[in-house]
Amino acid sequence: MSSTYHPFVIPFCAGALLLFAILIGKCILWLHRMSRTQKKQCLKRLISLKTIAAFWECLRECLFHRNIFKRNFVLGYMHLSFALGWFLLIVVGKAEASCYSHTFWEDPWMAIFFRYFEDGNTNYFMPQLFTFVMDLLLAWILSGILLAWCKRLYSRLLGMRKTTRHTWYDRLGMISLWCIFPCRLLAESVTASVRHNGGWLTQTLGDALAFLPSEQLQLPLWWLYSSVLCIFFLCLPFTRYMHIFAEVLLVFLRKWGVTEEETLTGYTQVETNACSRCGICIDVCPLNTAANIQNVQSVYFIRDSRQGVLSEEVANNCLLCNRCVEACPVGIQTTLIRQIRRGEQKQAGNGKAYYTYLPQALPQEKRPKVVYFAGCMSHLTGGVIQSMLRIFEKAGEDYLFLDQDKNLCCGRPLRQQGYTEQADQMRNALEKLINGSGASLLVTSCPICYHAFKQEYRLDMPVMHHTEYLRQCLAQHKITVTADATRYAYHDPCELGRGERIYQEPREVLAAIGILCTVSEEKADALCCGHSLGNTALNSAQKNLIRDEAMRTLCADHPDVLATACPLCKKAFTCGQAEKVAVKDIAEIIAEHLN
Amino acid sequence: MDAQLSNQPMDVLIIGGGPAGLEAAGRLAQAGFHVQLLEKEALPGGKLNQWDKLFPDFHDAKEVKEELLRKLPQDRVSVHCGTEVRQLRREDGLWTAETADGQHLQASAMLLTTGFEPFDAKRKEEYGYRIYPNVITSVELEQMIGEGNIRTTEGKVPQSIAYIQCVGSRDEKVGNHYCSVNCCICAVKQSIEAKQLLPEVRQYCFYMDLRMTGQHFEERYRESQEKHHVNFIRGRVSETALSQDGRIQIKAEDTLLSRPVKMEVDLLVLMVGMEASPSTKQFAQELGIADPYGFYLSADRESADNATAHPGLFVAGSGKRPLSIPKTLKDADAAAWEIAAYLNNRTTK
Repeated sequence: MSSTYHPFVIPFCAGALLLFAILIGKCILWLHRMSRTQKKQCLKRLISLKTIAAFWECLRECLFHRNIFKRNFVLGYMHLSFALGWFLLIVVGKAEASCYSHTFWEDPWMAIFFRYFEDGNTNYFMPQLFTFVMDLLLAWILSGILLAWCKRLYSRLLGMRKTTRHTWYDRLGMISLWCIFPCRLLAESVTASVRHNGGWLTQTLGDALAFLPSEQLQLPLWWLYSSVLCIFFLCLPFTRYMHIFAEVLLVFLRKWGVTEEETLTGYTQVETNACSRCGICIDVCPLNTAANIQNVQSVYFIRDSRQGVLSEEVANNCLLCNRCVEACPVGIQTTLIRQIRRGEQKQAGNGKAYYTYLPQALPQEKRPKVVYFAGCMSHLTGGVIQSMLRIFEKAGEDYLFLDQDKNLCCGRPLRQQGYTEQADQMRNALEKLINGSGASLLVTSCPICYHAFKQEYRLDMPVMHHTEYLRQCLAQHKITVTADATRYAYHDPCELGRGERIYQEPREVLAAIGILCTVSEEKADALCCGHSLGNTALNSAQKNLIRDEAMRTLCADHPDVLATACPLCKKAFTCGQAEKVAVKDIAEIIAEHLN
Repeated sequence: MDAQLSNQPMDVLIIGGGPAGLEAAGRLAQAGFHVQLLEKEALPGGKLNQWDKLFPDFHDAKEVKEELLRKLPQDRVSVHCGTEVRQLRREDGLWTAETADGQHLQASAMLLTTGFEPFDAKRKEEYGYRIYPNVITSVELEQMIGEGNIRTTEGKVPQSIAYIQCVGSRDEKVGNHYCSVNCCICAVKQSIEAKQLLPEVRQYCFYMDLRMTGQHFEERYRESQEKHHVNFIRGRVSETALSQDGRIQIKAEDTLLSRPVKMEVDLLVLMVGMEASPSTKQFAQELGIADPYGFYLSADRESADNATAHPGLFVAGSGKRPLSIPKTLKDADAAAWEIAAYLNNRTTK
């Protein structure tokens, strides 16, 4: 058997060694930086079915990219060909090299440069089959690379209106990745034309290239292949390709139950590094589609925070509408990370007590059955509150209007801006008041408050958004309504829909009194009204562009009434002139139809 | 007046029978031109019909209207009320108005005086118009003042009144960046009249800036404070609500004292701004002479403020931009001059 060493393997080996050293280093650092609770969580679940589930998910998402397939078939194919194709090329290549060498412990570079080192000895398991499969895999990856080139030239070909703009080192990494497989193809083909050891692809190409001085070309091409691999390996930890490994780690951590916390942890860093910058979030972002803002989307936010160059503008210019989180194939919680990053940009409060004016206890002795918390935003839409009070009376409810005096806030708008300390103080005060009421149900009219109550509060009673409450009232015949032929288009508020998955209740309520129109982008795909409290960077004109796009989509079926369930959305749409349509909250609509 | 609509080509066709249309019709007829004026409402006079007294001199709006009508030479002007115009176009060198009942009226020149409409206060929901009782607009207060009977919905004499300025003006959120010019002095005028009707009433006026831009406006503003004790508070009202005892609760910030203000009043008056009327918006849009807010765009603010991009088509009054009554009348006079020059130029050629 001939020697299996040549100096051209040095770049590859050096690159690979460095890569694994950096990867292990980073991994240890991230795990070390996780909070105590996060670490405990990992240890608790390490040996459990969750770990097996994580393996399965890695297979599904990191290799097969099922989520990308679901959204965009061609894009899914592209990612699949890279990930699974390359993975199989390594596995089958290793098997081929091991069979050939009759040992599992052949030189580690043997599998990578097999065609150069093998000496024509076919005394092993099905050599033709190996050659055939290896060529097939290479062809498959090359088809993916062809698509990647097309995507760069014309992204719409792959169903993407916009693709990510990369930095120069991301481009270097990308170009080296694109070159790896064409280089391998050329090196193997030229070797095949000399030694006739190629398969259906490499041999055919090798024969076609026979007019070239193959003997002289062979070594330079293998050097090139090895060097390109080396460049890619060295780029990988510092470019988006880090996602290949970070995503695997993320899948395991997530399966073990690790979640984002209020401050930056190692887990945040894993999430940040798991972003492949595929750019799917760009097309779904209303700031891009409606207001033509293209430098703040999650992909750029994540990139900038990873590189430590995050500007306040990029951090703040986000509606926190969660459309991108919904679309993200990796499931990165970008809006939570934004809150964390915004918090880093704010000054710490140093334990100051901010809200000493808040009431400590409820003034009255009576113990209501229901506590109604309208929310600050509902106070800007008096019609919603008036309607709810009417409905409570009609339903014979024993209720208390908790924030009638208007100085209470759920704290979520503060939290969204990164004022965690203030938000906590506000929450603690309100939590005490609500729990102290002794009520058995909390009803709110504001999806922002609702989301906060559900996610951030420890309450002694169930919480309902008024759409849920209204549906319950109708189902229990506490109130009765008269239906008519009015046509409604329902707008899913971000915090109620994507935030809390309340999709069915409002639709059932509307269907009980009128006709529901079809809306093309609804439920998880619903558009934001543009006036979210999450964004402090937009000006009114930009907000209005987003609102108008949403209104046009919602009114495509010419409804009589645009119905929503959020005071903020209602206010936004009421001021909009893009469509001549009445804008009402579900509570107002029900109050109008009460018997 | 109100003779048969004439299908004979006229010299001038005027769309809109408010102060601008009436004034221009009178001037053009005096100059010897034949004018046909179309008004969609049953009565001529436009917004003068909704107003009792005019600022700053408390002149009677009805008298102003009567004077305008008196000045119309009957033989050369015909005013057609209840005539709605559906479409405007230029045909064979003549301007044609197609009415809702299908008539085609023609003239050598056309003047658009379709004016403004008050901002729909329902769009500022935080102020509670049509949600809470006793939240009214300046138009509704004017009517109460005209009847000499300012009362709450429950029929009581209000002890306190608050005015909110800039409702629908200078407001990015509703898309109106412009100042409606007339509301500041209008609130001053109305608060003086309210005090005269209700000597015991306490009055507050919430403003961003007070723009007393016309002659004698500043004097009225001083008078309202010194003589009638109106309390002017700089700061925008953020929201209103119904208090426990059914009064209107206001939350605002006094930006001069940097202090939050919370008060309860019996009557809340929203000083609604001026928007292009639906007809103004429609014609401006269809003829391609609309500014970003739907008002008419004149050819040149300095040299041809009544002409438009189209020959023979002229605009006047508050369909162009918010104007007071005196300024509207002067603008109509200027339009009449410009139209006369246009028509004379055509005949001499």
